[in-house]
Amino acid sequence: MILYLLCFALFLVGLYGVIAKRDLIKIILSIGIMGYAANLFLILFAYKKDALYPILTPGEAAQPMVDPLPQALVLTSIVIELGVTALLVALAVRLFQKYGTFDITQIRRLRG
Amino acid sequence: MTLLYFIIVPLFAAFLVTLLAGKSDVWGRVLASISSAALLLLAVVTFITLDGGAVSYQMGDWPIPIGIPLVFDSLSGFMLIIVNLVALTSVIYSGQYVRHLGQDFKYYALFLFMLTGMNGVILTGDIFNLYVFMEIALLAAFALVAFGCRAEEYEAAFKYAVMGAVSSAMILVGIAVLYSATSTLTMARIADELPNVPPQVVLWVGGLFFAGFGLKAAAMPFHAWLPDAHSSAPAPISAMLSGVLIKVLGVYAMTRIYFNVFGAPEIFLTLFIIIGAASIIISGFLAYMQWDTKRLLAYSSISQIGYILLALGLATPLAILGAVFHLFNHAVFKSLLFYDAGSIELALGTRDLRKLGRIGSILPFTSGTSIIASMAIAGLPPLNGFFSKLIIIIAAVSAGQPLLALLAVFGSVLTLAAVMKIQRYSLRSDVEVEPTGETIGVGMKAAMGTLAILCVLGGLLLLPGVKEIALDPVVNVIVEKTGYVTMVLGR
Repeated sequence: MILYLLCFALFLVGLYGVIAKRDLIKIILSIGIMGYAANLFLILFAYKKDALYPILTPGEAAQPMVDPLPQALVLTSIVIELGVTALLVALAVRLFQKYGTFDITQIRRLRG
Repeated sequence: MTLLYFIIVPLFAAFLVTLLAGKSDVWGRVLASISSAALLLLAVVTFITLDGGAVSYQMGDWPIPIGIPLVFDSLSGFMLIIVNLVALTSVIYSGQYVRHLGQDFKYYALFLFMLTGMNGVILTGDIFNLYVFMEIALLAAFALVAFGCRAEEYEAAFKYAVMGAVSSAMILVGIAVLYSATSTLTMARIADELPNVPPQVVLWVGGLFFAGFGLKAAAMPFHAWLPDAHSSAPAPISAMLSGVLIKVLGVYAMTRIYFNVFGAPEIFLTLFIIIGAASIIISGFLAYMQWDTKRLLAYSSISQIGYILLALGLATPLAILGAVFHLFNHAVFKSLLFYDAGSIELALGTRDLRKLGRIGSILPFTSGTSIIASMAIAGLPPLNGFFSKLIIIIAAVSAGQPLLALLAVFGSVLTLAAVMKIQRYSLRSDVEVEPTGETIGVGMKAAMGTLAILCVLGGLLLLPGVKEIALDPVVNVIVEKTGYVTMVLGR
């Protein structure tokens, strides 16, 4: 239980960073933390104490195994997050070229 | 097997566009328009031959608990028709419009990726697969919002991307919780298992999904990114984003999950009504206060999404008919309004209402279609918007919620005021404007004309005989709630 709570706390740290930070790079890092916490959730749900890796070899009795599906999901979601992060960094670089700052309070031409 | 074409064709076309790209943009335009036209035809034919049933396809021929199913029922078919219709007009319109932005082949490739993602979200029967397709559509949308390469566009795209990433993380956590409770990712089997799990699971997951998909649908407390992103994107992309993307990723995904998987729990229906009502009123006022044409239209999108969510929350068959019909109508007239705003910007070089004037004599075709679309969105008879809003209002009264009906009428008045502001300042005022010398070509006129005709004829969908084929099966899928389960699992 304590592991799940810590994991949820990590998710909230990321959310806090997105909401409260004013620096573009810190916002991107906070998004990374949120994605990391989501992946950790998936792995935690698959985890089983004293269980083996899920590969059945011939001549061996079936034993408790960890759930392999969430691990496959995490691989997929890591790739997606890589794409999103790369795009965000590229946008941040272009924003710096246009505005000369990473501070979001000064990047405010759109309002209303 | 035909179901796979909805994903394969645009995906393959996107790769071909980048491979064949040369000095001219012909290939991109041809491939994009052929693939969206073919998919529109395929969607219409499949929808009609389906006749209220459902087709499902197992990818790789793996049976359901192992493989990923694609499900084509009436709701999916209806959404596919809307998406591919707007995509087709958008490609036709893009031909002339994106030329001044340069690098057209990248534009068409991204456009086709977005189409792939949306078709996938609509068809998939697996909840993690839905997440993956959603990310494909969103990544392409982020890049397309920034396509104009101006400072404002980067700013809007960054804001949109941050919001999109946050909501996706929430949805992913929701999927993880759902998987741990039910040990399956197939939506039909999740719905089958849910009665056996503690009811708190639905509350937790529902809350996470509400924040996640609510952000994608841009309902009122989650709307902050929409006016920036939709007003900064190139006009044909604004039409795609406002016309279909927020509906597919937001409203459709919510309908599928809350009605077909969760079985429409009371508490979430109440939440639908609350955010729907808030969206209608608040963004109605905000829309009226804007001076930028596209920004005004973007705010009015939020308010129209509010109508759809409000009607879904009422959850009577009549209200859902109104929601489904309004979804179609909004896709048609909002896309048309964005095309009009785009051609005004192209021909006159500005979209600030205070600097526009006498468009009626400079751009007669644009102003004509714009008047039709404005009347449709404001709900004036006999155009399509009138009928869907009327159904929603009658449904609210007959569901015993006269207050909500009053609110919907008031929202309609606000929409009327907002679009009349466009008409008053851009078409009828006497401000002198300097045309940029660009003329509106045949392609742009064809796209606008098609949608204008659909605005006028849209009301015919309610005729007896047509309604039974076109709208009733869609309503049935939503009303029957977990009837979806028996359809997919085949019991």
